[in-house]
Amino acid sequence: MLTITAEEATKDYDVIIVGSGAGGGQMAFTLTLASIKCLMLEAGRVYDPVVETPMFQRRDQAPLLGNSTPDKEFGFHDATIDGGWQMEAEPYTQASDKPEEQFWWWRARMLGGRTNHWGRISLRNGPYDFKPKSRDGLGLDWPIDYHEIEAYYTRVEQLIGVYGSNEGLENTPDSPDGVLQPPPKGRAGELLAQKHGKTLGIPIIPIHRAVLTQKLDADRLPAKLFPGNAWAQKIVGDSMRARAACFWATPCGRGCSTGANYQSTTVHLPPALATGNLDIVANAHVREVLLGADGKASGVLFIDKTTGKDVQVNAKAVVLAASSGETVRIMLNSKSTLFPDGIANGSGLVGKYIMDTVGTSLQGQIPALENLPPYNEDGAGGSHFYAPWWLYRQAEKLGFPRGYHIEMGATRGMPGGGNPLPDDLGAGAYGARYKQEARRYYGSFMGFACRGEMIPNDNCFAELDDTVKDKWGVPVLKWHWKWAEHEQRMCDHAEQTFRELIETMGGTVRSATTGRNRIDPGGKIIHEVGGAIMGSDRSTSVCNGYNQTWEVKNLFLVDGTPFPSNADKNPTLTIMALAWRAGDYLVDQSNKGLL
Amino acid sequence: MSHDFQEPESLSATPIIVNQAPRLPRRTVVKWFVAVAATLQLGDAHVFGAEPVPGVPPVLATGYGSDPLLNRTYNPGDSWPLTLSRIQRVAAIALADVILPADNLGPAASEVRVIDFVDEWVSAPYPAQLLDRNIVLPGLDWLDAEATGRFGRVFAALALEQQQTICDDICFEQRATDEFKAGARFFSRFRSLCAAAYYATPEGWEAIGYVGNQPSLTYDGPPDEVLTRLGVEQTVMHR
Repeated sequence: MLTITAEEATKDYDVIIVGSGAGGGQMAFTLTLASIKCLMLEAGRVYDPVVETPMFQRRDQAPLLGNSTPDKEFGFHDATIDGGWQMEAEPYTQASDKPEEQFWWWRARMLGGRTNHWGRISLRNGPYDFKPKSRDGLGLDWPIDYHEIEAYYTRVEQLIGVYGSNEGLENTPDSPDGVLQPPPKGRAGELLAQKHGKTLGIPIIPIHRAVLTQKLDADRLPAKLFPGNAWAQKIVGDSMRARAACFWATPCGRGCSTGANYQSTTVHLPPALATGNLDIVANAHVREVLLGADGKASGVLFIDKTTGKDVQVNAKAVVLAASSGETVRIMLNSKSTLFPDGIANGSGLVGKYIMDTVGTSLQGQIPALENLPPYNEDGAGGSHFYAPWWLYRQAEKLGFPRGYHIEMGATRGMPGGGNPLPDDLGAGAYGARYKQEARRYYGSFMGFACRGEMIPNDNCFAELDDTVKDKWGVPVLKWHWKWAEHEQRMCDHAEQTFRELIETMGGTVRSATTGRNRIDPGGKIIHEVGGAIMGSDRSTSVCNGYNQTWEVKNLFLVDGTPFPSNADKNPTLTIMALAWRAGDYLVDQSNKGLL
Repeated sequence: MSHDFQEPESLSATPIIVNQAPRLPRRTVVKWFVAVAATLQLGDAHVFGAEPVPGVPPVLATGYGSDPLLNRTYNPGDSWPLTLSRIQRVAAIALADVILPADNLGPAASEVRVIDFVDEWVSAPYPAQLLDRNIVLPGLDWLDAEATGRFGRVFAALALEQQQTICDDICFEQRATDEFKAGARFFSRFRSLCAAAYYATPEGWEAIGYVGNQPSLTYDGPPDEVLTRLGVEQTVMHR
C-alpha cells in the first residue's frame, strides 16, 4: 500500500481526511473518484492485508496457542496491531473508580483501523431507527429519515459485497433484488436454534455480513455505481476483479489476504489510490484542526511519529473519521479565539451523548449436538444466522423501550488453545476416557449474545483530562459512563430469552448468570458512536444531516460521532452510507462555491 | 465487533512485575503450595494475584509486543526462553501422557510436543501465564514429592498403575479429599493446558473431530446424516 512521508505532504490539498477506517475509507473513495485531491492521515503504521494476514495459520503455530495477551487482546492472529483496550503511548482516564462507570476504549493504530478485524456484520438501520424519539419520546431523532439514506445503503452493499436474505420483517429493511450476495448455508447449531426459535416466536434468519460468497459482478456493478463515468467504472471494476470469493476457511477477524471480505485496506483504499488523487501519510498523530482567519478549517497539525516533529498540512476542507472518541479528542483540542472550547463546539455538545451497544451473553450445552460425525463447519469465517429484534409491538409490556438482536456462535470451529472439556462435564476424566469425552462434547456448546440499542444519556460522555497527556503531549480523554435502567432491563430480558431458547433446544445453561452486572462494560462491544451528534437545530447538535458541522462549513465528521442514536444494528454499514452521502454533498457544495 | 462466544482460557489482567524470590527447600515449597492452593481459586486472575512464589524462578523475558509478525510459524522457545527444569519436564511429559495417551483417537501428548507448549505457556511474561506458572511449577514439584513419598520414585519412573493411583486422587476437585484438594487444582489446570495444546495440532483436530482450515469452492453445510439426526432441514437452499 503506497504512502508518502510527512515531508512530502506539502502541496495544498482539496480535502484532508483524518482516519482510514470505514468512514475515512469511504470518504476517500467517494471524493477521489470525483477527482478531489485528498490527503489521508492515519495515526498507525501502513498495513497491507494482502501480504500480512495470517491465512491458514494454526493455533499450534502461534505463541501461547494464539490466546489473548495484553499485547494482542483478541488473540495472536487477530488483525489488530498496535492497538487494544490499553495502549501505553496513548492512555485515557476514567472519571469514576467504579468498574460499572468506566468506558473501555478500543483503538487500532493501523491503516484501515478497526475494519481490519471487525465482525463484518452489516445491518441497515430501519425507518424506526432514525426517529426513535418520535416513536417513544426518549433519546433523539435523526434529522434524516430512512428514505434519504436508502440508496446509499444499496450503493455500499453493491461496492463492498454483503451476503444475506430479504425476509420482509418489521424495521429490518430488505435490499433491492439482486443487491445482496447469497447467504451461506446454516450450520447445525444455527439450524437447530432456528427450528426451536420458531416455537418461541423468535425469527432466526440469515445474517448480513460483508463477505463475498461469490465474486462481485465487476462488469455490471461499476456502471450502476458510477453511471456515465467510464474512468471511475474502470478503476472500480479493476478493484472488484482483484477480490476473490470466500474460500470458506480462516476466521474473518484475522483480515483477508484475498479481499473476500470488506476491510478498508482491500476495498476502499486501493481504488482511491488508483485514481491518483489520494496521498496517505501513516504514523500521523493528529494534534488539532487549524482554523483560518475566515472561520473555516484551514488544515491539520499532526505529529509525525517517525520523527516526533509537528507537521502542518493545508486543505480547503477537513474530514474527521478518527472514531468517536478520537474525533472528539481532536475537536476539543482544536482551540481558538473563535472556538475556545474546541472547534465547532459552540453548542458545548462535543463529547456528549456517546453510546455503545448493549451487550450480554449466555452459553448453553446442547446434547443433540454431541457426538456428531465430523464435517467442515468453518463456513464464512463468522456467523451465518441471527435474530433481528422481533418484539416491536410489545415495547410497552416489556418495560424497556428499544430492541436487541441476537447473535449466535454455533460451530465446530478450529479447536485448541482452551480446554474442550469443562471439569464438571469431564468429572475427573483423564486418559482415553478424557479424549472420548472431549470428542463427544466438541461442537455441542452454543453462545447467544444480546446486541441492543442504548439510549443516549447525560451521564455518558468524554471530555479532556486536565492533567494527563499522551506520549506526544496531547491531552487525553477522560470518560464518564453510566448505563440506564432501560439497558439493564434489556439484559434481564435477553438472558431470560437465551435461557428459554437453550432449554427449548434441550440444553442446559452453562455460564453463570450475574444478575444486575450481566451487562457488558461500556465500550466493550466496540460500537462507540455519538459525541458530535447530527440534528436539525444548531443549538442542540454539532452537525447537520450531511455530517457537516454547523459552525465550520468545511469541517465534516464521517465516523460514528454524528449518530444521535445507536440502533441495535451494528453501526459500520450506516457509517459508510452516511460517509458516501456526505462525500457527494461535499462535492456538490464545493462545486457551488458554498464551502 | 462480534465476539467469539467461547470464554477465553485465561483472562488478561494488569501487568504485574514478579520479583526475585529466594530459593527454598522443596518440602517448604510443597507445604506452601498446599496451603496457598487450598485457599485460593487457582487460575482466576481476578482473585489470585501473581505474587512471587517461593521456589518459582521469576520470568525475566519480555513479550512479543503489539506488532509481531503474524503470518509466520512460531515454535515454543521462539518468543521467550523455556524455563521448566529438566526434572520438571520429565514429570510433566509423564503426566501429560497419562492424561492424553496414545489410543484409537490419536497419538500421545508427547508425540505432538504438548509439553513444549506448556513450557512456553508457564515461561511467558504475561499476567495470566504467570498465574499458571505459580500453579504448575510447584504442582510438578509436589507430584514428584508425592510419588517419592508413596512409591519411592519420581512420578515418571512409576508404573502406569502407580501413576494412575496418584491421578485418581487428584483428577476431580469436587471428589478430592482435603489432603488432595491442592493437587486436584494443579491437575485441573495442567490437564487444561495439555488439552489446549493437544487439540491445537492436526493430530488433535482428528482426535476431536474437527475438519476444516482448508480452502473449498463451496460451503456445503451439515451433511444429510447430521440434519436427519437433528430433525432439521437446511433452510438456505440456493447454493
